[in-house]
Amino acid sequence: MKPLIQKLVETQGPSGYETQIRSVVRAEVEPYANELKVDALGNLIVRKGEGGTDGMKIMLAAHIDEIGVMVTQVDENGFVRFTTLGGVRPYTCVGGRVRFLSGAAGVISMEPLDDLSRVPTFEQLYIDMGYSNSAETPVRVGDVATFDRPFLDLGNRLVAKSLDDRIGVAVLIETLRQIKDTPHQLYFVFSTQEEVGVRGATTAAFGIDPDLGLAVDVTGTGDTPRRTKVRMDVSLGKGPAIKVRDGGMLADRRVVDWMVKGAEKLALPYQMEILEGGSTDARAMQLTRAGIPAGCLSIPCRYVHSPSEMVDFTDVQNAVTLLIELVSHPVIL
Amino acid sequence: MIELLPLLYELISAPGLSGYENGVRPIIEKAWEPFTDQLSTSRLGSLHGLQKGTGGEPRPSIMIAAHMDAIGLMVNAIIDGFLRITAIGGIDVRVLPGQMVTVHGRQELPGMIVPTPARLLPSRAQAGVVPLEYLLVDVGLLPDEVVNLVRVGDTISFAQAPFNTGGETLTGHTLDNRAAVAALTYCLDILHSRPHVWDVWAVATVQEETTYGGALTSAFQLHPSLCVSLDVTFGSEPSSPSHMTFPLGKGPTLGWGPVVHPFLFKTIKELAERLEIPLSTEPAPRYSGTDSDAMLVAAEGIPNVVIGIPLRYMHTPVEMIVLKDVTRAGRLVAEFIVQLDETFMDKLTWED
Amino acid sequence: MAAMAENYQFPQIGDEQIKLLERLSNACAVSGDEGEVRKIVLSEVRPHADVVNVDALGNVLASRVGSGDNRLKVMLAAHMDEVGLMLINNQGDGIYRFETVGGISASDLAGKAVWIGKDHIPGVIGIKPVHLAHGDSYQKPIDVDDLHIDVGPVAGKEKVGDRATFATTFMRLGPSLRGKALDNRLGVATLIELVKHAPPNIDLQAAFTVQEEIASRGARVAAYAFNPDLAIILDSTPAYDLPAWETDENDRYNTRLGAGPAIYMADSSTLSDPRLIRYMIQTAEENKLPYQLRQPGGGGTDAGVIHKQREGIPSISVSVPGRYHHSPAAIVRLSDWQNTLTLVAAALSHLTPALLASDR
Repeated sequence: MKPLIQKLVETQGPSGYETQIRSVVRAEVEPYANELKVDALGNLIVRKGEGGTDGMKIMLAAHIDEIGVMVTQVDENGFVRFTTLGGVRPYTCVGGRVRFLSGAAGVISMEPLDDLSRVPTFEQLYIDMGYSNSAETPVRVGDVATFDRPFLDLGNRLVAKSLDDRIGVAVLIETLRQIKDTPHQLYFVFSTQEEVGVRGATTAAFGIDPDLGLAVDVTGTGDTPRRTKVRMDVSLGKGPAIKVRDGGMLADRRVVDWMVKGAEKLALPYQMEILEGGSTDARAMQLTRAGIPAGCLSIPCRYVHSPSEMVDFTDVQNAVTLLIELVSHPVIL
Repeated sequence: MIELLPLLYELISAPGLSGYENGVRPIIEKAWEPFTDQLSTSRLGSLHGLQKGTGGEPRPSIMIAAHMDAIGLMVNAIIDGFLRITAIGGIDVRVLPGQMVTVHGRQELPGMIVPTPARLLPSRAQAGVVPLEYLLVDVGLLPDEVVNLVRVGDTISFAQAPFNTGGETLTGHTLDNRAAVAALTYCLDILHSRPHVWDVWAVATVQEETTYGGALTSAFQLHPSLCVSLDVTFGSEPSSPSHMTFPLGKGPTLGWGPVVHPFLFKTIKELAERLEIPLSTEPAPRYSGTDSDAMLVAAEGIPNVVIGIPLRYMHTPVEMIVLKDVTRAGRLVAEFIVQLDETFMDKLTWED
Repeated sequence: MAAMAENYQFPQIGDEQIKLLERLSNACAVSGDEGEVRKIVLSEVRPHADVVNVDALGNVLASRVGSGDNRLKVMLAAHMDEVGLMLINNQGDGIYRFETVGGISASDLAGKAVWIGKDHIPGVIGIKPVHLAHGDSYQKPIDVDDLHIDVGPVAGKEKVGDRATFATTFMRLGPSLRGKALDNRLGVATLIELVKHAPPNIDLQAAFTVQEEIASRGARVAAYAFNPDLAIILDSTPAYDLPAWETDENDRYNTRLGAGPAIYMADSSTLSDPRLIRYMIQTAEENKLPYQLRQPGGGGTDAGVIHKQREGIPSISVSVPGRYHHSPAAIVRLSDWQNTLTLVAAALSHLTPALLASDR
């Protein structure tokens, strides 16, 4: 599964510009699909299973987009000012490298700061692409880039940009590959524009009109230094996390119980997740049409939205095992 | 007519935080059962009660939404036998220290919210209000017992016991919005013996305090011609600005603003005058802060009206209402529905 | 030789004692208005004491004379009063302004129910809805002047001058007890048991004092009146045994729940008599009772005025540790209460004048 993860995280796909990553995912899933389509917002929707009397229409969503930056101005000396796509933080930018969809690259630096004790604002940051004037600089206003950082395999811990949410994408692909039999119509949705407000999942959920929704996404942890600062009981390596709530939704309690029971049946480690900010595609599913029971299976991830996000490989494998178990049997909520 | 005080005691004593409304829903089902032709539950857990109209099919319908969810807290970590907490819904953390609560763990545990003593706080947090991250729940048990009985994600309800004064006022937590659920029940009781042309959907919605998710999805599913929000509004008392509050015991409020259809506003205003039901106008220039904000934009869009019951100290465990305002709100909505005829929607136009 | 208490049985905490504590905790007795607790105390101690007086300030002074020679006169003091509020102005519409009595924090008041007056009329202390808060106003500490007691817009029997307390009903929580005014109804309940089970080798002088929370006025005159050989003060002391957020270990806990009676060495008003400190520790160890030494520091008890009365009275305080005193409720551990009662009873039962003959 590691080569798949590496391939996914090293492909670009900033929100709204998911063409490259979609084609990589498409190549991986096409052989396993009973039906495949791409909708108006670019969601890649793959159906597996024909359903039956005990079956449901289940939407499984992992977003293929990642955070990035977008050019707002190229100044006369060739320095590039930018805005963000999704929740980029200024303190993870400085000294980092970005790569535009064209392949052009640059480094992010900052103006001299008046107050070194304060984090710079985006207005103080710029991209230096190695050119001296605007005419030579090979980007223009509106061009988008992602952070450029190679995959790092630390053994059981994996580090990369865009593990949010390529690790969820990897879990879905692996589930699709391994699943043998399902009573359900499973809609694997590789969604777009999650980082800018769960937009892809909103239209995908309306189109599919599922009975049940489950997102697979990352969540933060509270296991790093000064742990008492973070009110979060999630740790790397203690199993996939079952979302109870986040900043945008209260997960459906029946879906929570369904996942807890599944994990306990397999004696898999699991954790209960409460995330104070942020949300996932599950929110969009919960509120679609007349509403559906929705929840989220989360992969604990340190340093979310930095160019070096970290997950535990065992957690990832356990998430796949749990997901296969969950969707292989009739669901009684 | 139904006795409102016992119903309200029962309603506000039942748990039912946003997303966890199953504690209160059976009580509402029981209260609505005698007055409705059918009861069902939406996929998110909102309760739908239908009172069929007398008009020919297809009949227009009106949805009356009163949210049944409550604000509260949730366990988000356990440390040395103490529970760390997060809020569900908008809570002023200054009311939390010393508050009695019930932790819905593997069993119901009485607990108390306590601030970390100043001497144990980081220095920058020692002055001023103790932030939520340093408030704990103490259930009086030993750390081992706590870990066995409580897990992250368990909900926590306020445990302030309700009390009334002279059978006229009621004080307690979660009167926002169980007072409106009682008003809706009262409305159904009236309509049960009064012929009405329209179908009436009484809906006890879920998750109003977090996403308006219940109202949004129920309005989509039921597709009513009109929507009414029955909710509470700010009651006058010395700590709140007088220009944004309404006196207790002087009748409900009628919302005015972009969420409310002007024709519905005018109709109800005139109706209240005719019936001599005191009614204040409550301007809401942007949002109404009720389920109507979501119902307005469900599907093709639905005309809305917002009725408020004045309540003091909203979102604290000591909310206070006057019962007369509850019955008046229920009666006003009932009388409005009684006079809806088959042609009402044709009259609902913009006077531009 | 004094009559040693050979057959003396230590008093025990059972359901009956917990029920008495419950009545004491639910009673309202703000400093200066201790009548409701005084009534309970009088009915409990009268059948057992030789002399019972209510003095000019409202203290209950109950004596039990021992038997045998060379009996020490031992004063045991526990204050009956609690912190609370007083209604000071009627603003109409059921709304009153109030002031605090004793060390009660404004940050504990918002959003709480209260009991007013002798009839425990219910009222609430509300706060502006969070929806109406401007900017960061909800992050500013609350001032008492911004708060009101509200009994609802219906005529009631409450009036200006009435006292109010938190409306907290006593409850048992597994190994713990939770209630308002456990500072110091626990001391009162302990002292009632000691009056009922006084060891015969001493003359026991029980002072159930008033106005401790506002300068220990009751204890001052009670100690003068009793003129004892020594005094033991039964009070409640805070346990700050909660997680500390920026250090690995909480080194400022004051006392800890479950670690036994807290023996005072020094607080801001008293340096305990060293002979009594040694004696209490020795008694605890001989009886294999858990005990803890309260971290020396701030705070104070009736000992502060008692030990300076007349020509000086050797004094020590012993407390049941409790979390969250002066808030709507404290949480204490039942085992600490039992061990405190046993420790004091054991200490009393073999007290002789020899103890005070030794050097400080």
